[in-house]
Amino acid sequence: MKAGTNLEKVLESGTFAVTAEVGPPKSATARVVEKKGETIKQYVDAVNVTDNQTAIVRMSSMAGCVILKQMGLDTVLQITCRDRNRIAIQSDVLGAVALGIGNILCLSGDHQALGNHPSAKGVFDIDSIQLIQALKAMRDERKFICGDDITGEVPIHIGAVENPFADPQAFRIQRLAKKVRAGADFIQTQVIFDIDRFAKWMREVTARELDKQIHILAGIIPLKSAAMARHMRDHVPGIEVPDQLIRRMENASDPQAEGVTISLEIIEDVRRISGIHGIHLFAVGWEDSIPVIVQRAALWPRPL
Amino acid sequence: MIVGERKPFNEIRAMLEGYKKVLILGCGTCVSVCMAGGQKEVSLLASQLRMDARLRKTEMVLGENTIQRQCDREYIEPIVEQAGNYDVVLSMACGAGVQLLAEMLTPLPVVPALNTTFLAVADREGTWLERCRGCGNCILADTGGICPVARCAKSLFNGPCGGSKEGKCEVSLDIPCAWQLIYDRLSDLGQLSQMEIIQPIRDWRPSDSGAPRSIVREDAIGVSGEKA
Repeated sequence: MKAGTNLEKVLESGTFAVTAEVGPPKSATARVVEKKGETIKQYVDAVNVTDNQTAIVRMSSMAGCVILKQMGLDTVLQITCRDRNRIAIQSDVLGAVALGIGNILCLSGDHQALGNHPSAKGVFDIDSIQLIQALKAMRDERKFICGDDITGEVPIHIGAVENPFADPQAFRIQRLAKKVRAGADFIQTQVIFDIDRFAKWMREVTARELDKQIHILAGIIPLKSAAMARHMRDHVPGIEVPDQLIRRMENASDPQAEGVTISLEIIEDVRRISGIHGIHLFAVGWEDSIPVIVQRAALWPRPL
Repeated sequence: MIVGERKPFNEIRAMLEGYKKVLILGCGTCVSVCMAGGQKEVSLLASQLRMDARLRKTEMVLGENTIQRQCDREYIEPIVEQAGNYDVVLSMACGAGVQLLAEMLTPLPVVPALNTTFLAVADREGTWLERCRGCGNCILADTGGICPVARCAKSLFNGPCGGSKEGKCEVSLDIPCAWQLIYDRLSDLGQLSQMEIIQPIRDWRPSDSGAPRSIVREDAIGVSGEKA
């Protein structure tokens, strides 16, 4: 055990893990986070709190994690390289561990041009792979990036992301391998709709035995409407939604029910893929769908 | 080369508010090549200001001159006396030129007519593309001659982010993904194994962290008698 978090215990035990994402509000209202936490508490092993996702200012991931932690949830602190330099990042890591947050997810971050402060100066002092390396050195060597010693332990369960659908296609597997070498312990993938393409990617992952060195959680997003599906296809970087799924959503008499059904089908498919150790649910404001999906996918009750 | 772009006319006019005698000083090197601040642009801007002054019935004396380089003392020295006849100097050089001019013409005010933009290559007629950020620690040998610092929106060092699609950047479909270009070039060069290397966390001291930067070449000091 590197950090002894609930998520790490579940993954290490070989149980098929379930994590979900909670987007903090564009306000200082803790109740918003608490409500989402209450809805999903019994159904997930850990909750990611996003870090100003899509470059839109929100309550900090750290604050969201603390609120959820006080409710008894295991949390995943997301850190992007967009908004902080190495000094701020390492300071946040120490703070997170001090507050009992053990899972940290490393991301480059969506570019600031896409958010609500396009005139901001992006930081990008280090990149996501270098961030993984830095966290590993903090934990395993008790060293800051500058080489100074850290007094005491920094137990972290290091997470990273990968998008099997981004380009250049041939590099995506190398990129995952780099993240593994850098020291990631678990991977949460980008949202999956194209199961054939994902399965092909996973065959390369298992051929290189990367799944033996790292836990991979497949990204699932329940579609709430045809408009949402089209929006993701057209406007969210790195997400591909096949036309056939868009048509299914357009023709559905109850789009929400159809969205849940599609998610369940995708979960069923990814569970059959060798090397997948869990799912990561992106609820994007539709947290109510999570208990339904987890129960109907027969992933409930959760262990521990 | 350094690329500059002329400021909007209204901004220039506002900077000159209250001055009666204006010397417009062009620069004959980079900004002349990118058609922003050379002799031709000086005379164009002068005509515009003259017409504007006439329309507004204000009095304005406009002088015009262009020197080879505003970033070099020896080219500025000959115009110091001329500049003394004016209330303000409107420099059409890059930011470096404006600052050296301001330093050498003290206490005369010097204002910029250009926005200095980036280090670029001329792509085709009328088009300049940013290629270098002057970061002081060149890694082009590792990246197939394509700079991720200047050309990746996130200045990533270890490959593209998750937003690269069909060779385009997540920021805009008009921007090629620098890492797709690097990947393709390394592939052509038979150097794809470079992509496997984890580029270490960078020392930014030669770049942003060390500003203002300076270079002193001991071997060049005193070589030229008049510059010593």
